[in-house]
Amino acid sequence: MIPRKSILAISCCGVIALGVAGCGSSDDESTASSGGGASGLSGSIKINGSSTVGPLTQAVAEQFNGENPDVEISVGQAGTGGGFEKFCVGETDINDASRPIEPEEAAICKKNDVSYDELQVGNDALTVVVNPNNPNDCLSVEQLAQIWGPDSPASSWSDVEGADSSFGADIERFGPGTTSGTFDYFTDAINGEEGVQTKDYNNVGENDNQTVTGVEGSEGGIGYFGFSYYEENAQGLKALQIKNPDTGKCVAPSEETVQDGSYAPLGRPLFVYPATDAGTKDPTKSFLSYYLDNVNDVASGVGFITLTDEQLKKSQDALASMTG
Amino acid sequence: MEARGFVASGPAALSRRLEAASPRYGEKAIFALLAGCAVLSVVTTTAIVISLVVPSIQFFGEVSITDFLFGTDWGPTFTPASFGVLPIVVGTLSVTLWAMVFAIPIGLGSAIYLSEYASRRVRRAVKPILEILAGIPTIAFGYFALIFITPQLQKIWPGHFLGGPPLLFSVLGGGLAIGLMIVPIIASISEDAMSAVPRGLREGAYALGATKAKVATRVVFPAALSGIVASVILGVSRAIGETMVVLIAVGSTPNLTLSPVESVQAMTAFIGTTATGDIPNGSTTYKTIFAVALLLFGMTMVMNLLSVRLVRKYRQAYE
Amino acid sequence: MASGLEPKTARAEMAMAGARGVTSEMMSKQPRKDVIRNTIFGSILLLTIAVALAGLGLLIGKNLVDGASRLNLDLITHNNSSNPEEAGLRNGLIGTLWIMFFVVVMLVPLGVGAAIFLEEYGNRSSRLIRLIEVNIQNLAAVPSIIYGLLGLAFIARAPLDLGYVVITASMTLTLLVLPVVILASREAIRAVPASIREGSMALGATKWQTIRRQVLPASVPGIVTGVILALSRAIGETAPLIPLGAATFLTFTPGPFTEFTAMPITVFTWVKQPQPEFQTLAAAGVLFMIAVLVVMNSFAIWLRNRYEQSW
Repeated sequence: MIPRKSILAISCCGVIALGVAGCGSSDDESTASSGGGASGLSGSIKINGSSTVGPLTQAVAEQFNGENPDVEISVGQAGTGGGFEKFCVGETDINDASRPIEPEEAAICKKNDVSYDELQVGNDALTVVVNPNNPNDCLSVEQLAQIWGPDSPASSWSDVEGADSSFGADIERFGPGTTSGTFDYFTDAINGEEGVQTKDYNNVGENDNQTVTGVEGSEGGIGYFGFSYYEENAQGLKALQIKNPDTGKCVAPSEETVQDGSYAPLGRPLFVYPATDAGTKDPTKSFLSYYLDNVNDVASGVGFITLTDEQLKKSQDALASMTG
Repeated sequence: MEARGFVASGPAALSRRLEAASPRYGEKAIFALLAGCAVLSVVTTTAIVISLVVPSIQFFGEVSITDFLFGTDWGPTFTPASFGVLPIVVGTLSVTLWAMVFAIPIGLGSAIYLSEYASRRVRRAVKPILEILAGIPTIAFGYFALIFITPQLQKIWPGHFLGGPPLLFSVLGGGLAIGLMIVPIIASISEDAMSAVPRGLREGAYALGATKAKVATRVVFPAALSGIVASVILGVSRAIGETMVVLIAVGSTPNLTLSPVESVQAMTAFIGTTATGDIPNGSTTYKTIFAVALLLFGMTMVMNLLSVRLVRKYRQAYE
Repeated sequence: MASGLEPKTARAEMAMAGARGVTSEMMSKQPRKDVIRNTIFGSILLLTIAVALAGLGLLIGKNLVDGASRLNLDLITHNNSSNPEEAGLRNGLIGTLWIMFFVVVMLVPLGVGAAIFLEEYGNRSSRLIRLIEVNIQNLAAVPSIIYGLLGLAFIARAPLDLGYVVITASMTLTLLVLPVVILASREAIRAVPASIREGSMALGATKWQTIRRQVLPASVPGIVTGVILALSRAIGETAPLIPLGAATFLTFTPGPFTEFTAMPITVFTWVKQPQPEFQTLAAAGVLFMIAVLVVMNSFAIWLRNRYEQSW
């Protein structure tokens, strides 16, 4: 029997422990600035949106908070679409997006008098990975379409035209959920239209880590996800080079190839959409310029590809014209 | 007690006779307050129905009901979209079935043991530990199924029994995890019901020479039946409505099959991933959420109506 | 324990001893067949409990193995961060505590109130009562994400227009787990023998007095079980919080009327990150959530044990 007294004791200990946590110092998570400027900036910024861009925004917000501790920032990851739903009724100040805003969403924003701007904050390489035992190094868009296309996709690697014929393992597909921006972008680029893909695949939902596990454990496995998932698991996976449809050259995903555009068609831009109302005033205004000033330093730490100078300038100009 | 109001009439007037004769306004206020609490559930249901029906009507303006209810191809997020809901309905029922196959014996067995066989000390120690199972975050159950239960099952699976070892995402893995999650609901509430059975009933049976097993199954169990059935219904409800575990462990691939070793998508998993994904708001695809939720709501309503009828029938026999 | 049966005279004492002797002799001469059946049955039951406990043990063990390296005080003194070395549960913990506090405050009166109404004041055959009963049972099966969308539509936005704050989350979660409390409380209240109620009324108590002083204290253990199960569910729910604007990252400490985050959201976010250190953190996070749950339940369990009684 658990004696009454010790149950009470557990409760009391629990309360004390929680008190300790509650009073735990909140200043030991500021990474960079020591004692940062007492900038006097205050107010709140509400951010929501894509779970791909979220970690990037979060990293910037963390650093910003180190220098401006009185600004209350909240970052949510309800998805690009879920985020726009709140954004277009004026409930959030900034929307993270892994795809450009759709016409239906833009219409809702217009209806509610929410005007916004589009700032590119980073790049991502949609990486196609296979098992390390797979001898194929490079695939073209047509070959990928044979594997991922909607009607009778290839069932084994030897069926793929032009692939290494010595390798005949069964193809096992792993991919993200059909409601993710990654799925939309990939299907659009490879199969020509968003949402067009074979249904015969292992749908890992939101957890791209399962694609990693799946492809690592299956000889004929093939999957796709954002670059950060490949970077973290490079030792157990092989990233395929993609044959550029214009130049015909095989290009591996990397920072350089995404930035110079040679990793086509699977390089994608990442955006934030600030609302004009919030973006023209502090603290959001200062946060946005801080974001653009620092995003390239932060990006590689969270597995994203930085902006080129040209892209950065374009975003900064867009911000300047919005804030006037 | 006042003699006023002491009317010698039939049993129907009994309650009036026992209560104080003067109208107590405090009593009336309390009645209203309590009624309000109960009516809240009706308000909630109305709100749910409103928030589901409005978009569903719009949805059925764009997709025919027969296609929806009887189609077997579910792919609202693919292009071209297909809206046959049967695969995910079967998915939900399949997962729930396997969850209950696991949860009912384990839950009831535990309840009978704790209430009839275990000493007070063991009961006081074990019951809270079982209740911890109810509090484990659903995502933890989901990942436990994915990274532990299914791989272990794959290891010990005998050959091609039931179609072969379970796949990475499978009904069985998720079903067992949900079953484990429901065990405390069934066990705890049933155990409370059984403990509340008056000792007199048990002692009478023992005096007549019954064994412990007989007393447990023939005397206590039926006497506590209403509580036990309530706990099972609550368990089934929870299994049907579980979102996260199915999403993580059972998969997101709609598949019209009764096989427990394959990957299917349950209705809740579909709602979960679509509502938190990147689907643009206001599109037909987004409205599918509400249509599916409405269907689920209707299915459980039918199930509950049937079970309430059933429970009343049995309850009468034992009261 | 049967009290008040102490023999008062020597003759009664002898009779009692005799009865005891005969009964025990008879009982010990149980036919072999029954003894074996009894033992087998008992063992099967024991097995079922063992399976349940083993399941729990395996789950905790797996997380312990995975997350042991991050089980330290940093876990609860650091806020969430994109850097896995720095990340912790602090804001999530405080958010969860705030949310749970308001859930308890709303859940117990509403749930017990509804149960009392249905059991004590309701006319069994009235249509309204039946409607409410079926309603409550049905609400228990509604997926948690739907409650989230419901909260978004009616609580966060008009008519209540509370925004994406802790109170909204608490109200939504209360609605989610209310059926559990109502159902469990009803069973508990129903189990109180009619003789108790009638005796109280016969002594002149009003209905509410009877309920307050006789029925409720007697049904506390069952009610507490319902509350434990309900809170346990609420603390671990992720899906309904996402449409309610739960943040995955806050630069400030959440309060009742601010944006919020919660532990399950934090852990879920961690699990989805590519860095393997986040997986370890997630396992440690799950263990910590279980620990918080145990602490939360232990007070309720103390209460339950104190009010326990048998008829």
